[in-house]
Amino acid sequence: MTNLEKLNKIFCEVFSVEPTALGSDFNKNTVAGWDSVHQLSLTTAVEDEFDILLDVEDILEFTSYDNAKTVLTKYDIVF
Amino acid sequence: MKLLENKVVLITGAGRGIGRVIADQFISDGAIVYANDLNEFEIDGARTICFDVTDSNALKAGLMSIYKAEGRIDCVVNNAAVIANQKLGMVTKQLLEKMYQVNVFAVIDMIQTVSRLMARNGGGNIINMASVTGVVGSPGQVAYSASKGAVIALTKSAAKELAPQGIRVNAIAPGIIKTERFEELYEASGDKIDQRIGRIALGRLGTPQDVAFAAAFLASDRASYISGHILGVDGCATI
Ligand SMILES: NC(=O)c1ccc[n+]([C@@H]2O[C@H](COP(=O)([O-])OP(=O)(O)OC[C@H]3O[C@@H](n4cnc5c(N)ncnc54)[C@H](O)[C@@H]3O)[C@@H](O)[C@H]2O)c1
Repeated sequence: MTNLEKLNKIFCEVFSVEPTALGSDFNKNTVAGWDSVHQLSLTTAVEDEFDILLDVEDILEFTSYDNAKTVLTKYDIVF
Repeated sequence: MKLLENKVVLITGAGRGIGRVIADQFISDGAIVYANDLNEFEIDGARTICFDVTDSNALKAGLMSIYKAEGRIDCVVNNAAVIANQKLGMVTKQLLEKMYQVNVFAVIDMIQTVSRLMARNGGGNIINMASVTGVVGSPGQVAYSASKGAVIALTKSAAKELAPQGIRVNAIAPGIIKTERFEELYEASGDKIDQRIGRIALGRLGTPQDVAFAAAFLASDRASYISGHILGVDGCATI
């Protein structure tokens, strides 16, 4: 699986959506139920999958699909 | 099977005092012990891992290195602390901040970070070192007891928040424990300490070993239904 496929799989599982729903407009304001619990489930799954530990500031940045990719590039995860 | 057979444990502030004896006890109980302190030190049977617990990046790197080497972290004992006693008028802001950084903020940082690694393997347990002064208060210890009171409160809240991930969080509240540090203290104010010993119902000072036995129990599966508890190891004291 590519890094993008891994990330998409996590988003789809956490938010129960199809991969086609993911894009620039997939964010905290547009997705119903994107609360702190979902955000932490997302970051926990990402940490697990990519074997990293995110800084708290980066966990707080996980507020959109695009941001998630930007944050992960800081941890040398290339998309 | 030994009480802590193959449990991967990190103990902070284990270079001396109570932390060191906890490390010895955990080793003899079969744990794989990573002993932390600020400066290089040696301890038979343990791997040492030096970092300042207030340095978030170092803390994270330390935890990651243990996780990578062992594949899991089962237990953390947050024992490192700044301990200083002053009358109220003599507490400087600088000391207060330092005390909170080590005794409180670093403990939260550790729990925040290690809980995510523990959750990956279905759980673990965390033991925080509080103090009887954080429970009942003590003159000359306003700053220190406040930091330990915070440890008690954060232990209870973290226990509730982390229970769904299978992580237990408890604290030990030792009374007066006879460590190397205590010997110095006794030389300086022996008579006051004698008065305090008079108020310990079991009639003696605590030893680091008393605390280590309690820690080993809380770290073990025998305590698997205990979380959010503050275990007094104080000889039934009313300091
Ligand atoms: N000794 C007592 O009577 C007593 C009573 C109640 C509670 N306690 C608690 O038990 C714990 C151990 O106490 P002790 O008497 O053994 O203390 P101690 O001062 O002998 O040992 C504390 C250790 O923590 C280390 N440390 C301090 N700051 C650190 C940092 N930033 N990063 C890494 N390590 C650091 C020190 O180098 C030292 O080795 C503390 O949490 C203390 O508050 C002790």
